[in-house]
Amino acid sequence: MNVPIHYYLILSAFVFLTGLVGVLVRRNIIVILLCVELMLNATNINFVAFSEYLHDLGGQIFVFFTLTVAAAEVGVGLAIVVAIHRSKDTINVEEFNLLKW
Amino acid sequence: MAYVFFGYFAGVIALTAVLVVALRNPVYSALSLLVMFFHVAGLYVTLRAEFLFAVQLMVYAGAILIFYLFAVMFLTEKTPDRYHIQSWGSLLIGGAIIVEVVVLIGQHGISFGSSVARTAAPSPSEEGNTESIGQLLYTSYLFPFEVASLILLVAMIGAVVLSKKDLPEVPPS
Repeated sequence: MNVPIHYYLILSAFVFLTGLVGVLVRRNIIVILLCVELMLNATNINFVAFSEYLHDLGGQIFVFFTLTVAAAEVGVGLAIVVAIHRSKDTINVEEFNLLKW
Repeated sequence: MAYVFFGYFAGVIALTAVLVVALRNPVYSALSLLVMFFHVAGLYVTLRAEFLFAVQLMVYAGAILIFYLFAVMFLTEKTPDRYHIQSWGSLLIGGAIIVEVVVLIGQHGISFGSSVARTAAPSPSEEGNTESIGQLLYTSYLFPFEVASLILLVAMIGAVVLSKKDLPEVPPS
């Protein structure tokens, strides 16, 4: 009756790949950060699925730490975006070439 | 039955994940990410992680996504005029939600004083998902928990420092 675990793994791999493609192809830096959230959620699905199937709550604890990192990422990331927008007046990553050579 | 729920949640998650990447407008990307967060929370319920369901709704859908929407509205150069038009359909939906909330609170207020609510309280012998997670988090994973709080503190200070404007130079007097 239970859904086998590889269904969850396929779903999570699909969501992760979608996020990865989004990070690589999109040019808007906010959408890139959204795609990072997508990848973090894919790993969370994996953690919770394994926690249920191995009867080990450690997986659910780890989701908390992923959540902490996601919250820190969104705070610092959007602060950086605001700072860049203030100095360059754009949020297109093609224009951010200060560290390129 | 489990397959039906999994199929629904997985289908919506996959669809909205593609929409986050594919939609041109960042506001629509953020909103479809919101729908995805709700369905990931539903998937947590089918995996019997009720506490993570609540945390997912509060932290991801409540806090992080509002943050993103705020940044999108703040940083996008030109906002189309149709964001400022309020449709009458939203009034209808909002009114229905208000009526539902009032009805739910009314029912709860009536049944609260009766003895049914008291007997429904869980006995201390059976541990729920939240109790066992709290037990584990404050015993085996205490040190990583403290490190996580340190990460949040550093992120908070970093965000404040990064996003504040530079103070004007004080002329030497």
